[in-house]
Order: sequence, then C-alpha cells, then structure tokens
Amino acid sequence: MKFRRRKGLISGLNLAVALVIVGLMLVPLYWAVVTSLKTLHQSYATPTALFPPTPTFAAYSQVVHTQGGSLLTSFIIAVGATMVSLLISVPAAYALANFRFRVTWLVTLSLLVAQTIPGIVLGTSFFKIFAGLHLLNSYLGLIIADSTYCVPFSILVVRAFMIGLPRELLEAARVDGATLLDSLLRIVIPLSRPAILTAALFSFLFAWGDFLFALTLSTSNSVEPMTLSIYSYMGQYTSQWPDLMAAAVFAAVPSAILLILVQQGIRGGMATAGLKG
Amino acid sequence: MPEAPELATTHTAELDSSAKPERANRAHGPRRLFRGRVLFLLPALIYLLALFAYPIVYGILLSVRQSSVITFVHNTGGFVGLTNYRLAVTNPVLPGVVWNTAIFMVGSIVAQFSIGFLIALFFTRRFPLSGFLRSLILVPWLLPGVVTGIILRMMFDPNIGMVNQVLSNLGLIHSPIEWFANTHLALLVIVLANIWIGIPFNMLLLHGGLQDIPHELYEAARVDGAGRLRTFRSITLPVMRPVIAVVLVLGFIYTLKAFDIVMIMTGGGPMNATQLLSTWAYTLSFYNLDFGQGAAVGTIMMAISLVCAFAYVRTYRGELRS
Repeated sequence: MKFRRRKGLISGLNLAVALVIVGLMLVPLYWAVVTSLKTLHQSYATPTALFPPTPTFAAYSQVVHTQGGSLLTSFIIAVGATMVSLLISVPAAYALANFRFRVTWLVTLSLLVAQTIPGIVLGTSFFKIFAGLHLLNSYLGLIIADSTYCVPFSILVVRAFMIGLPRELLEAARVDGATLLDSLLRIVIPLSRPAILTAALFSFLFAWGDFLFALTLSTSNSVEPMTLSIYSYMGQYTSQWPDLMAAAVFAAVPSAILLILVQQGIRGGMATAGLKG
Repeated sequence: MPEAPELATTHTAELDSSAKPERANRAHGPRRLFRGRVLFLLPALIYLLALFAYPIVYGILLSVRQSSVITFVHNTGGFVGLTNYRLAVTNPVLPGVVWNTAIFMVGSIVAQFSIGFLIALFFTRRFPLSGFLRSLILVPWLLPGVVTGIILRMMFDPNIGMVNQVLSNLGLIHSPIEWFANTHLALLVIVLANIWIGIPFNMLLLHGGLQDIPHELYEAARVDGAGRLRTFRSITLPVMRPVIAVVLVLGFIYTLKAFDIVMIMTGGGPMNATQLLSTWAYTLSFYNLDFGQGAAVGTIMMAISLVCAFAYVRTYRGELRS
C-alpha cells in the first residue's frame, strides 16, 4: 500500500517535470498564437498581456485576404512534389527491396549522399539550368526542385518497410502467374500503406516548408509560395506582428496535422533514412 | 570502396530464395526479366542523374568559370581555373564567415545533443501521458523553418519580445536589449534558434536508441551494485555509441545546411555577423551576382558535407549490422 502510494507520487512528479519541459519547448508557439489573436495596439502594450485581452480573428481574416493565394500556391506545389516523389520512389523502393542489381549498393549510397548536399548548391545550379528551360517563376519548376527534398527520403523509408514484408506472399503471387507489376500494385503497395503514407506526409511537409528554392527560383512574385510571401511581408511590415503570427499559424497547420497522423509512426527506426533536408 | 558491396548484400541476403522461381521463368529469357525489373528503378536513376548529379557537376563547373553580370543568365564565361576559389578564400568577409559557421555549428550541436539526450533519458521513465508529451516536443522540429524563424524573431524583438520582458521582470536588464543590432547577440540568437529546432530531433533518435537497450543489461548492473552514473557510463554510453554517432553526424550535416532561419531572423546581418557559409554562398551568387564565387563556396561546403556523409554511411552500416 505504502509502496504503491510512493510509486504514484514519483510518477506524478515525473509528469510535472515533463509538463515543464514541454511547456518550455512550446512557449514560442503559445506566444505566436496569443499574438495572432491580439490587435496591433494590444501587441505593443507593455507589460504584454499573457492572454489576448479581447481575442479577435481580424489578423486571420487579413491573412486570408492578403496571402490566401500564397497558401494555395504552396498547397499546389506541395501536392505536386508529393505526387512526383511517390511516382518515382514507390517503384524504386520495390525494386531495391526485392531485386538484386549490381548497382543496388551504389543507388542506396547515392540516396544517402543526396540528402547531405546543401540546398544552396542545388538552388544555385537549378537557377541557372531553369533559366534556360523557362522554369523560373513557375509551378512546375518549384515542384521539380522541391521534390529533391522528398525523393531520396521516400525511397529509403518505403524500401526499409518493403524489405520487412514476407517473401512468401510475392512468391505465391508469382507462382499464380502474377507479373512483377501485378504484385507491386496488388500486394506490395496495399501492404506498404503505412510507409507510403509516412513518405507522402513528410514529402508534403518538406515541399510546403520550402523557402530556399522559392527564394532562389523566383525573380518576380508571380508564383509566390507562403514561405516567400511571409518573408517579403515581413520585409515590408516588420511591425505587423499579429498578421505575421496569423500567417505563421496557417503555415504551421500541416505540421500539426502530420504530428497527429503519424504520432505513433515517428520512431527511431526512421533515423536510418535520415530525416528532413 | 571495397566494403560498399557488403552494404547491398546485408539488405538482399535474405532474398536469395527468389532465385528459385526465377528458374521456372527462364523460358521467357533472363534478359527480358532483367529488363522488366530495371524498369522499376529506371525513373529513380534518371531522376538522380538529372536532379542531383547534373546540378552538382554544373555547380562545380560554375565554380571554375568566369562569372560576371554579362554571363548572368547563360553560363558562357571562360575557364578560369581556381580563380573563384582564390577570390573566395582571400575575401575579407571569409574569416568572419568561417568563425560564425564554426560557432554556430559547435554551439548548436553541443547544446542540442546534451539537452536532447537529457530529455531522452528523462522520457525513458514511466509515467502517464509520457508518449503524448514526448510527441509534443517534436513540434518545433516539424515546423517550416520560416515559421520558426519569424516566431523566434518576434520573441527577441526589442519592443514586443517576450525575452526582454522576462529578463526585465527578473531584474536582469533595465533597458530593452537590441538583440539584432549587436553582432555578438545576433549570433547568439540564431544559435539559440537552431538549438530549439535541433533538440527534438536529437531527443527522438536518442530516445529510440535508449528504448532498444535490453533491460537485462540494467538488471545485471543493478545486481552488481552499480550506481546510476556508473550504469550510464558503463552500459548506456557504450551501447548507444552507434546511435550517438549517427545523431552527431546528422547534426553536423543539417547544421552546415542551415539557411532558412538565418535568412528570416537576421539575413546574415548586422554587418555579416551572422553570415554563415550557406547564406554567404547565396549572397555572393544572388546579391553580388558573382555566381563563380558563390559556386566555389557551395562546392567547398559540399566537400565538407561529403566527408561527413561517408562517416554517416559507415555508421549507418554499423547500425544495420547490430
């Protein structure tokens, strides 16, 4: 009895410490949300209010009004990059997991190395190459550039999962006369859904959050993703903090969704694939 | 690279059984079968060549060619050897950039690793909601760099920033600190921002590693009467070595790449005080329109990264074996 009570006390203390750690890590986010709900005047009041005195969504409607287009642009680009990424990585992961090629090790090595290339190196070359191909200031250009964040990562994550699938299923299918494509479409993809979903979500997030390619591959504001629009908005209206924070909250929505969806999925095992470019 | 093929064998060793059904299919000819298989990989191979290999080679070529405003769009400058590298190395801005990058990387990696490790160790304890709270810590790492950058910029804003307010409430300062106007403080702020992003990542990987340590090892240590510190030194650290290596190498690579938060928070200023190799390469190419020098800096960064990448691949292999 005594023992149990002590145990409860300890786990209560642990919980309290954990809450403090989480609180400290999330203070900036709390502050962003609070500021986004203030009026401009309130955001400058000293001492600063810890809660929005008269919560208002004015900043949000302002952002929808002025930057709604950019949010849509980011969404289109992120969906495009995710699709490109899946179309290339799922078959490649299937091949790398199941067939033996002499180049398998080389491809795997290249995928690991590809993730270490600094974005600015690719961005500078893309700028020059895309200028010749008329891909600057275009959706297609940004979709292609952003997909470089996703493809190596997706191949490695999906392949790691596919290696773990029971071989017998594929062999049984082959005995039944299924082609390689059949077994990919009918057996491997349905079974690999968790890994493919993880790859897709992270691909979306990488492309959604891209700033470097948006910055380097734009010479006008004709195609302006949300990251770039926040950057230029900040340059013009440094002091409009409620609006800037509302834009930041909008931009953070996919991260929140991803966190909820793959809460259990993000585990140390993915370390080997190397995360986030 | 004599060891590399082993990497492939470790992955595919268990697939040897696939040879049998293949024999049954031999009527179709092994060549056709091979061609069918390679088609699955082909798009990825073309992709890697077009969007990684080609731009990398292009960048290296850019770094050995003359670059001026005239050659701005089309890369028509003549071959100039290592001139761009010489210009970059003798650039008066370079020593500061190297210093900033070193401080930024060492400060970030040491702090995010230590704090991440402590949090990871803490979360091996059992208590209600621990899984949920642990996943909440991941939020800063999942946020787009621009979002992180702008939020933290507000936190350190001299007028409305919470940091100044907390410091003055604690009586530590009497007038607002201009964080982004002071060269040392600006560098400190971007290091702190990068630590905030890095802690979750370090915590995630290290926690994963800690979970994989067999419980019997700790039991045995307790039976032998080892104290907490002794257990940590003699069991946790040695067992965790491969994971720690991966975490540090990835930390190095990501920190070298850091770009977004610096561009958003300081733009490399004031007076280049927060200019890192990555933002400097950008500035050289896109502000000064000196693509040759920018590409030279980029190529140097890539070389540093590659050395690290090979260390990463080695540890990655070690991970797989164990």
